[in-house]
Amino acid sequence: MANIFPKWTNQLPLKVLAGAALVVTALTGGITYYFTPKYTNVGYQPVQPVPFSHAIHADQLGLDCRYCHSYVEKAAHSNVPSTQTCMNCHSQIKQNSPRLALVRESYKSGKPIEWVRIHKAPDYVYFNHSAHVNRGVSCVSCHGKINEMAVVYQDQPQSMSWCLDCHRAPENHLRPLQYITNLNWKPEDIGTTQKQLGQELKDRWGVKPPVTCNGCHR
Amino acid sequence: MRYFLLFFFAAVVGVVLIAGPQGKRSPNRPFEIFPDMDHQPKVKAQSPSRFFADGVGPRLPIAGTVPMGYDFPAAGPGLARIAGAENPGAARSSHPGLSFGNDPSYLATGKMGDNWGDGIPVEVNAKLMELGRDKFTIYCAVCHGVTGHGNGVTSKYGWNGIANYHDERIVGQPDGELYNTITHGKNTMYGYGANLSVTDRWAIVAYVRALQKAQRGAVADLTPEQRATLPTQ
Repeated sequence: MANIFPKWTNQLPLKVLAGAALVVTALTGGITYYFTPKYTNVGYQPVQPVPFSHAIHADQLGLDCRYCHSYVEKAAHSNVPSTQTCMNCHSQIKQNSPRLALVRESYKSGKPIEWVRIHKAPDYVYFNHSAHVNRGVSCVSCHGKINEMAVVYQDQPQSMSWCLDCHRAPENHLRPLQYITNLNWKPEDIGTTQKQLGQELKDRWGVKPPVTCNGCHR
Repeated sequence: MRYFLLFFFAAVVGVVLIAGPQGKRSPNRPFEIFPDMDHQPKVKAQSPSRFFADGVGPRLPIAGTVPMGYDFPAAGPGLARIAGAENPGAARSSHPGLSFGNDPSYLATGKMGDNWGDGIPVEVNAKLMELGRDKFTIYCAVCHGVTGHGNGVTSKYGWNGIANYHDERIVGQPDGELYNTITHGKNTMYGYGANLSVTDRWAIVAYVRALQKAQRGAVADLTPEQRATLPTQ
């Protein structure tokens, strides 16, 4: 009786298995690496309608973050400044700059400048800025060194697991309240380490960040 | 098998080359893998809304709006009676220390009747002075400088005529007028009423008074104990 399957088919199951293993490995690796905000969101650097530089305003001129983001200590939402905030200075400084044409137009018409939003929590997440900055979490922990960015980009993934990393171990980010908006500050500047200082502040303030669903979702 | 492997590696290299590494800068909107309920049709803070003709989601209160629960203090001659009171204005408010846009009280306007009032209508203590210092450093020092000499960073970028707090003209202004300048601005200065709460503004007035005193104080103002701590010449 002739063989039904030719000889080369002896290795076929092995080859199919090996091929499938390769594909599954590549898919798993690819999904792990790409299907995360670390890939999809970090580095998002949209072109803004006005070429505003945080590096100039916050670093070179030394403006405090709160000069523009006035309500970050009081409200859940950290406000994008109104056009008047720009005009506080730019009515006198660089008042004819073509790069500020849109600002002047917005101030005259009352129509807001449509800045492109970079950091966007899903609509079912109720993040509260004031709760964080009043409990020793600096801007830099979630936004990176904005004061060195000529064009702002997303620095941290801001995924749920990333939130929980800090909610489970807040001592890695707590700092004294007077240094909240000083993005260059290091615990070593006052002769301590983040671990030591963070633990001390956590105990003193009784910081117990919620790790249950309803801490952030309602 | 060989073709499969060739195709496989070409696909992997292709994906890696096109997708790039994590954290790569890109002006393109993030790709949303599971966008379930990420974008809900509710209006969030400072977000646009197509429901309104001007496309602006957050609405302004109608002129003359009074917040719920607030008493509307009576304007007019009645206010003059509180001029000599220990804590003018505050006593009349149903919510001491809080105010709203149309409130005609001294606390909210710095005016008593048609004149500038004098005196700080909130309790002045170390906490208020610290608040004043913090808010002053954020908002005022940018132009007026940390000591109030009108030499903040904007003066180095071509802004002339920034007020020096130690001028007789400003030292002589009543507290209510300083408060009004913070709220509504003056000459080239724009108003900061939208950025600072009523308490913040009075705290800044108190701190500015302290700055002025720091430049104009005399040894005679000090208590004997304080005088003893001065370095002898």
